Amino acid sequence: MNVYAYFVAAWLMLTGGYGIARSRNLVHAVVCLSICQSGTYVLLLAVGYQNGALAPVFGSTIKPSKRVVDPVVQAMTLTDIVVSATVTALLLALAVQINKRQGTIDPDELRALKG
Amino acid sequence: VSRGVRLLMFGIGAGCVAAMFAVAFFRMPAFGGTAHLYRDLAVPASVAHQTANVISSVNFAQRGFDTLGEETILLTSVVAATVLLRPAPEESRIRPERTGRILQATTLVGYLLLPGDAACGVRHRAARPGDPGRGFPGRRDPRRRPVPGLRGGGLPGAGQAAPARPVRGRRRVGSAVCALLGIAGIVFSGAFLGNIIPSGTFGQLLSAGSVPVFNDAVGLEVGCAMAVLLAHFLQQDIIITAKSERARRRAQGGSS
Repeated sequence: MNVYAYFVAAWLMLTGGYGIARSRNLVHAVVCLSICQSGTYVLLLAVGYQNGALAPVFGSTIKPSKRVVDPVVQAMTLTDIVVSATVTALLLALAVQINKRQGTIDPDELRALKG
Repeated sequence: VSRGVRLLMFGIGAGCVAAMFAVAFFRMPAFGGTAHLYRDLAVPASVAHQTANVISSVNFAQRGFDTLGEETILLTSVVAATVLLRPAPEESRIRPERTGRILQATTLVGYLLLPGDAACGVRHRAARPGDPGRGFPGRRDPRRRPVPGLRGGGLPGAGQAAPARPVRGRRRVGSAVCALLGIAGIVFSGAFLGNIIPSGTFGQLLSAGSVPVFNDAVGLEVGCAMAVLLAHFLQQDIIITAKSERARRRAQGGSS
């Protein structure tokens, strides 16, 4: 059974998570989160893939009777990308604000988060 | 928690997640298999509505309501980022010296984009006259400024050529609101997200009914939102400075 592509997605997610956990810079953490999210793109597209199937855009050469890959997961990947872009923008704005208020973007040095 | 403990906790958590992934993946249909239940439903629905691009059909017809929700997420995040990127109490906006000039190419691009923006505004105004959207800052004077967002040369010169009045930021947010309301106007004018444009025959350029229109409107909104975000990050870097920094710059200018 061929599940290699799924594991690529899982590896991307866990690597991104590891990057966030050991991050010393909030911008670095945001980039790691983007890597995490790209794991979800790979997973979605891998779920929808079919060997030998064509792209789900019909035309003169691709008739609707032909087999195509799953368009629903591709549409969801588009949604996913837009949402992850907005999350990235929001987190970067937060990082700017944290840098202004606290004078640092190292998560370990944020005084407000210390118990 | 200390760094070591944090990484240990992450290691335990990631190990558990990886194990669950492995269990799930070995029970999933194999990669590249032929069983795609959603595909088998989405493709006939798309063909029935004469939409050649099934992904567009899914995004803008079959799951159009989800797309509207996603655009709301986008709008909310842009508004939130705008609020976050305001000047802090100890900061102020500086009026940058007019050292540069707007490239002619930039102005040209701005004028080329005008019809699209105008269409967005007209569509919006035609869709719901007298709707509650009047309160949004971007629509304060629709005759003088029917075109929000990417005006000729305005945006790329945000740091240098734009006047540093706070209202500019609000206008850009308003542009995103306008685009969203434009979509809402189209959407509400028929049945909610219903196809209000007759669809042609398969293979024609505009055979898909309201799908290209909705797609266009969403594209405009995403473009406006990106412009708003970019403008705010640029303003943050160029126009907004701490008062101490400002004094330092002034001292440098005086000595030279």
